[in-house]
Amino acid sequence: MSLKRIWVMFKARNYEFFRDKAAFGWNFLFPFLIIAGFAIIFGGRDFSGFKVGVFPSTTKQIDFTSTNLPEKFITTTHLEFIGFPDQATGLKKLKHHQIDFLIRIDTPTPLYWQLDSSPKGYLVERLFQSAFVPENNPYGTKEIVEGREIRYLDWLFPGILGMNMMFSALWGVGYVVVRYRKNGVLKRLKATPLTAFEYMTAQALSRFFLQIFTLIVVWIGADLLFSIHVEGSLVALSVVFALGGLSLTSVGLLLAARGTSEEFTSGALNFIAWPMMFLSEVWFSLEGAPQWVKGFAEVLPLTHLLRAARHIMNDGATLAQVSGDCLALIITTLICLVLGATLFSWND
Amino acid sequence: MPPILEVKNLIKTFKTVTAVNGISFTIPPGICFGLLGPNGAGKTTALEVIEGITSPSGGEILFNGAPQTEAFREEVGIQFQHTTLLDFLTVRNTLETFRALYRDPESMEHLVETCNLAEILDHMNNKISGGQSQRLMLALALLNKPRLIFLDEPSTGLDPQARRNLWEIVRAIKEDGKTIILTTHSMDEAEYLCDEIAIMDHGTIIAQGSPPELIRRYCRGGIISLPRANITIPLSQLPLPYKEVNGRVEMTTETIDQGLKILMSKGFDLSDISVHSPDLEDVFLNLTGRKLRE
Ligand SMILES: Nc1ncnc2c1ncn2[C@@H]1O[C@H](COP(=O)(O)OP(=O)(O)O)[C@@H](O)[C@H]1O
Ligand SMILES: [Mg+2]
Repeated sequence: MSLKRIWVMFKARNYEFFRDKAAFGWNFLFPFLIIAGFAIIFGGRDFSGFKVGVFPSTTKQIDFTSTNLPEKFITTTHLEFIGFPDQATGLKKLKHHQIDFLIRIDTPTPLYWQLDSSPKGYLVERLFQSAFVPENNPYGTKEIVEGREIRYLDWLFPGILGMNMMFSALWGVGYVVVRYRKNGVLKRLKATPLTAFEYMTAQALSRFFLQIFTLIVVWIGADLLFSIHVEGSLVALSVVFALGGLSLTSVGLLLAARGTSEEFTSGALNFIAWPMMFLSEVWFSLEGAPQWVKGFAEVLPLTHLLRAARHIMNDGATLAQVSGDCLALIITTLICLVLGATLFSWND
Repeated sequence: MPPILEVKNLIKTFKTVTAVNGISFTIPPGICFGLLGPNGAGKTTALEVIEGITSPSGGEILFNGAPQTEAFREEVGIQFQHTTLLDFLTVRNTLETFRALYRDPESMEHLVETCNLAEILDHMNNKISGGQSQRLMLALALLNKPRLIFLDEPSTGLDPQARRNLWEIVRAIKEDGKTIILTTHSMDEAEYLCDEIAIMDHGTIIAQGSPPELIRRYCRGGIISLPRANITIPLSQLPLPYKEVNGRVEMTTETIDQGLKILMSKGFDLSDISVHSPDLEDVFLNLTGRKLRE
């Protein structure tokens, strides 16, 4: 084995990565776009209170000084008041669910409209009615729960990082090597003293290095934009991502061991990638899924990577607490490496 | 001198095709040996088995009198017919990468000069012309200072100028004392570059020798052609066997010299005469009844 030969092949592979402008940008942009997309979608869908239309009012902002509405109703938190010039405009908005409740404020007793089918309208009506009832002593005892809320983003972020690593490993090793086998690059390399072991080691190391590099760049960017919170230790998290990267890369190596058909390999890649994407809890939790689905997910390395990473990031687990998942990642790596080395062929 | 390469009864079968069907030859050091044959003759397959790229189905290959060892890769240089290079590397990166794979590589300067690569060193592999790419492939075959060099159709697909240019490089390599095995389906190339030729067809060698030897052995005489109008006597009275082609009469003769003497002595008008001496193309035609390029 020659370290020098591994090193030059490692360098050559890295050149390709950094010079392939299109793929290079995509590698970083893809996870960002997903995270940004979800931040926007979920930011907008967060509970934003109820919208109460009020007329007549010449402006959107309502002057409450001379209305018939009780103070208690006006000051309810999570109620947003919007002014309309007349009843017709208000009713139209109500019918289109753009407001939940409509009140006329220039009559001695207020007149109000709500949509029969709207649960929000019903809740606003209850608030409205109770605002006219004098204040009682509060019933029951209230306890405030303190603590950081875990945003969906905090839960999703490790999922996106892991998914990016998975695609990078499967395509960057599996697909690329098969393409090189097909177009004769591997044959050209076979004609040199380079051994299969040296070549594949260089591919794996290069991909691992690039995964970690990408992860760090994406992490820094996401942290600046959305302030990512890590409850546990960064060192433990790095170990988990490193093991995850190695195991996904070794799956890529196994796929790269044989084959000269790019079509077949991209099919095989999707066949592996899609189950991991949905069963390894990248996007959503498998809580409540049938037992056999959960059992199957245990076979996938991404499942263990994400479970361990989330446990550390969200719950502050230590490395010892995620050692089971780490062991699973190590075992996957070893199995895939041994199989890949046994099956490897330069030619077909 | 002992042969640098001996091939004995080499066979290579793919699932249903026998691409190489028992070929044998011996190559002394320092010569350029050519495998000449039409497309599909089995040249590439034979070469790749000898290079150790694919495994033989039968037969024996001896390099310096012994089966291949680990050292083989360090001592031979290979130019493939169909290969691509790593994406996104410049010519310089490519040469440096491949040089680093060998124990004792040729100097960069020597490679660049021999293969005339100076002005494309900083171009990307995929942004160079066919001729430049072929020269780069040749440089890759030379960069471990090999004793034996395999060239698979080195000039196929090149324009005439690029082709000449490549031939000159191959000649220079030969003058350096290297042994070359090349395949080609071009008889010009074989005649120009090779000291010894094996003609291959359907996986077997059908004739072998130096170009003049082959022509002497398989071609009788030459062809003398005159315009039909030059001939005033009835064709049946011509002193040589003939056939009429496109308004000309082509006569076959034992040797060109003898044929010309006969025609002159009979007082034929020899203006607009054309004379064709047999070449390797005729050798192939006479051996197989087919042309080299179909
Ligand atoms: N990998 C392969 N699998 C099956 N048949 C092949 C393979 N490679 C070559 N052949 C067949 O072997 C024959 C010889 O091919 P080849 O050696 O490429 O000829 P040449 O180089 O003389 O043009 C052809 O009939 C070709 O179709
Ligand atoms: Mg060929």
